[in-house]
Amino acid sequence: MMPELGKYAFEVLSAYGLSLLLIVALLAVTLRRGRRARAALRQIEAEARPDGKS
Amino acid sequence: MSIWEYANPVRFLALSAKVQPFAWAAAAIGILVGLLWGFFGTPDDFRQGSTVKIIYLHVPAAWIAINAWIMMLLASLVWLVRRHHVSALAAKAAAPVGLVMTVIGLLTGAIWGQPMWGTWWAWDPRLTSFLILFLFYLGYIALWEAVEDPDTAADLTSVLCLVGSVFALLSRYAVLFWSQGLHQGASLSLDKEENISNVFWLPLIISIAGFTLLFLALVLYRTGTEISLRRARAISARLEPRG
Repeated sequence: MMPELGKYAFEVLSAYGLSLLLIVALLAVTLRRGRRARAALRQIEAEARPDGKS
Repeated sequence: MSIWEYANPVRFLALSAKVQPFAWAAAAIGILVGLLWGFFGTPDDFRQGSTVKIIYLHVPAAWIAINAWIMMLLASLVWLVRRHHVSALAAKAAAPVGLVMTVIGLLTGAIWGQPMWGTWWAWDPRLTSFLILFLFYLGYIALWEAVEDPDTAADLTSVLCLVGSVFALLSRYAVLFWSQGLHQGASLSLDKEENISNVFWLPLIISIAGFTLLFLALVLYRTGTEISLRRARAISARLEPRG
């Protein structure tokens, strides 16, 4: 299943590992910040309503 | 219907909500197919051995790193000329994505360069302009964080973006007009004769398409986040005098 990478196995695998790690980290930070911002907006919009109800 | 209608945040968010599911799904499929095909389904290069598999990450990441800055430049120009807040926020939203792609381009380039060139780094025109582009990304993000007034921050970062565009374009075209340096010429070209071998070409194109769609999905989502933060700040400012 695993292709024969020969003497460059470390270089190829580390390039893939580091890149995928960075992409996953970017996705995680983006989604976490987005969820927090949207939740904060919902809360403040509820507070801003005259009756204070969400 | 004009494109300027999407300068209205409500219309932009409505369109973004429709586009995002397709963009996320297509990005995932494109990246998975491109990388899996490239990693498992392509042979070694006769000179570069298995390191050629790094191309499926390095070229798409560099493509996004440069084109993200070009997208930021266009959005910044729209802000400077027409003062549409959504465009300034879209440029802000794209910067961290471009930064991460620049880091991936630099890292995979160094890892690839070491066995092929015998060095992790060389002060080659393309590598150097790419490193300067990385520094511009850092400066751009830092400037947004450093200036409190959002409109002033958008003005200053837009000007910085205009200056940095020189290095984004240099990163793309340095290999064409500077013959010195270690970096090879373009891997892809509209001129078919200049392209890499067909066996590597198709998975590379799919991977580039996947990365491009990931960039689109991330920028749409992140712009939505910036709009939410801005709206929350505006409501807070309105509530403060009452409170």
